[in-house]
Order: sequence, then C-alpha cells, then structure tokens
Amino acid sequence: MSVQADTARRRIEELLRTNEEQIIGRWAKIAKASSEELSELYRALLASLDEGKNDLADIRGLLADLSRSRARAGFAPSDTARAVFGLKEVVFELAESDADWAEAAGGLVWFSRLIDDLGLYTFETYTDAREKIILDQAEQLLELSTPVVKMWDGIVAVPLIGTLDSARTQVVMEKLLQTLVDTGAEHAIIDITGVPAVDTQVAQHLLKTVVAARLMGAECVISGIRPQIAHTIVTLGVEFGDIVTKASLADALAHTFRRAGIEVGRARQAHVSIRAENA
Amino acid sequence: MTGEREVVITSSADVVAVRQLVRSVAIEVGLSLVDQTKIVTAASELARNALVYAGGGDVRILVVENGHRRGLKLIVTDDGPGIPDLELALTDGWTTGNGLGLGLSGSRRLVDEFDLLSGPGKGTTVTVTKWAR
Ligand SMILES: Nc1ncnc2c1ncn2[C@@H]1O[C@H](COP(=O)(O)OP(=O)(O)OP(=O)(O)O)[C@@H](O)[C@H]1O
Ligand SMILES: [Mg+2]
Repeated sequence: MSVQADTARRRIEELLRTNEEQIIGRWAKIAKASSEELSELYRALLASLDEGKNDLADIRGLLADLSRSRARAGFAPSDTARAVFGLKEVVFELAESDADWAEAAGGLVWFSRLIDDLGLYTFETYTDAREKIILDQAEQLLELSTPVVKMWDGIVAVPLIGTLDSARTQVVMEKLLQTLVDTGAEHAIIDITGVPAVDTQVAQHLLKTVVAARLMGAECVISGIRPQIAHTIVTLGVEFGDIVTKASLADALAHTFRRAGIEVGRARQAHVSIRAENA
Repeated sequence: MTGEREVVITSSADVVAVRQLVRSVAIEVGLSLVDQTKIVTAASELARNALVYAGGGDVRILVVENGHRRGLKLIVTDDGPGIPDLELALTDGWTTGNGLGLGLSGSRRLVDEFDLLSGPGKGTTVTVTKWAR
C-alpha cells in the first residue's frame, strides 16, 4: 500500500473510532436494526482493523450468526446485505463533512470495498442457511408424510412420498412390518407414486421389505410405478422377480381385494323402464 | 443458467441434495421426464458409491453443448481406495458391500456417455453425460 493510501485509510479508521456513537445511531436507523446488534458488529470491525492485519474472522462469525438468524426469521437476503451496506452511507456522509475531505475520500474506496465484501459474505451465509432450512424441512416433511394407513380390514398401505434415503426408507419399512404384526393384516400395499426416483438402494429396501412381509405371512404389492420409474428400474437392471407391481394404487387395491376374497360391487342403479304400448 | 454447480458429499443428506440439484438442472437443460429420472438415478448411484466406498467425495454438475443439443454432465470424484478391477466392478451383480451390485453397471446403461477412471490408491472419477433429444 502506498504511503498516501495508508494515511487515507487511517483517516477513515480515526473517523470510525471518534464518531462511534453517532455512526451506530445513524446506521441503526438506515438498516432498521437494533443498535445493540450493530454496536457488536461495529466493535468487531474496529477490533479487526486495530490488529492491522485485516483479520476478519470475528466479524465474519458475527455476520454469519446475524445472517442465519435473519434467514430463520424470514428476512430477504437483500435486507441483511443492505443493512450492512448501510454503514457505507453513514461513513460517506461523515467523510463529506470532514475538514480533510480530500484525504478521507481516498480511504473511502478502501472502506467501501471492505463493506462490500462483508455484505456479500452475509449473502453467502444466508443462502447456505436457507438451503439447510429447506433441507431440514424436507426431511421433517418426509417423516410426517409416511404413515401406514389401514385401507380395509386386513389391508394396510404405505404411501411413500419424496426423495428417499436409506435411513428413512428403513424407518418406513420397519413401521410397515410392525403394523403387520400389530394388526394381523395379511395384505400390504407400498405405493411409490410420490417417489421421484428409485435407485438400487431404494429398490433393495423395497425388495427386502416384501420378502420380510412374506416371511410374516403377508402379501405385498408395490403400486404407483410411473412410466419413467419403470424405464429406469429396467435399465438399471433391478429385477422384481415374482413381486406383484401395479401402475396405480386403485389397481393394487382391486388386486388385493381379489386375493383376499373381498367382493366389491357397483351400487345397483335405479332401473326405470318406460314402455309405451300401443302408441 | 449455465455454469457449474458443485456438491460436496459427506453424508447421505448430500446425496439427496445431489439428486434434487441434478433434477433441476436436467429440467433446465430440457431432458424428457424419463431422461431426467435416469440421470437423477445415475447421480444417486455414483454419489452414494463415493460416500460408501471412499467416505465422501465431490459432484460437479455442468451444462454442456454439442451443436444444437444441450446436455448434462456429471463428474463424480473421490480420493478413496480406488477400484482394482474395473471390468469386475462393471459386472452386473458384483458387489464388495451388500448392495445389488448394479450401481456402476446400471448407471452406465442409464447415460449416453460413461467414463470410469480409477486404480488402487488413486481414487475414482466417474464422468457421465446425458444429452437432450
Ligand atoms: N467410488 C468407489 N470407490 C471404490 N470402490 C468402488 C467405488 N464405486 C464402486 N466401487 C466398487 O465397485 C463395486 C460395484 O459398485 P456398484 O455401485 O455397481 O455396486 P454396489 O455399490 O456394491 O451396490 P449397489 O447396487 O447398491 O450400487 C462396489 O461394491 C465397490 O467394491
Ligand atoms: Mg453402488
């Protein structure tokens, strides 16, 4: 850094240090944030400049926390970044009214770049935090959305929904087997209409569950195999052997009714016959 | 959007993330529903192999172009023990774990281009491409 740039930078640092209260107050107003939150950030910023080695680890840590908590609170990422950028505005205003304007102006470029970096950093952590939240929610949703339902006397079904990983598929399958024990049901339908992809792992879990159900004296049908899934399974080379598979849950239920000897008829329609004799 | 996306694989949640990201890029590239599902499934197999046999790895997802066609390219890399016998590993039903032994061989059939680079102590890199029709 040239001597000139160095003095310019020091001028800004001095400005930051001597006007702390005023800056934080104004910043809080622009950023629409609490001054407590901001003074913590501000102090971390001063400290990192103090050490002169541009160690931004502390302030980055604080910003990451801020950005994560704001992500959870549902703020837009631009709000958080804008809050950080707000500090530039305050310091620019201050530098303008500074007696040594020319000297301070040189330091503004440096300061501006620093704040830009920090603002963008909140953006990054925000995105990471959001992604994690979305993933967590997807996981929770999956757990909630895999109930074992009773379809009929002696017939249970599990509608699998969402992308499956090993642990969760296993939970669902265990739950199904337990339900077979608890209810004494002899027929089970595993419906995969809501599963976007079946890889070897999911296939293996399905196969194992069907075999386990058989060992328990129950019959299993896999339903909801959509065309793209059928294509993929065949290309992958997975063989379902003699396991009964059906395109839809309705088909599977009809099949199971037949196997269980349950007869379901259509309600008889009112039969009206009008005959005109000798018209 | 073109450009490259990357997912670091350290847990099975990351494999789920790969599937979801590959799905969205496949849609963007214009793959049919069947082809989307095929490349998503291949991605799942390769990412999980990296996780299971190498303790983790890295998946890069690229949009590629070839004349008028667009495609999706996946590069799955790990620094694991590598595969000593490629031919054997690509045999249907061959597994050293307790899988179906269809992940690698099946993935090869699911994509248009398949390249496997591996050797003992050298890690494993699988590059696959699926073209839009
Ligand atoms: N990234 C890798 N690093 C080291 N070895 C691997 C790797 N990928 C595959 N292998 C070896 O190749 C074998 C075959 O892999 P493949 O994915 O076809 O089957 P699998 O993983 O055993 O079972 P699945 O059908 O569930 O995928 C594995 O059992 C393993 O020994
Ligand atoms: Mg595998």
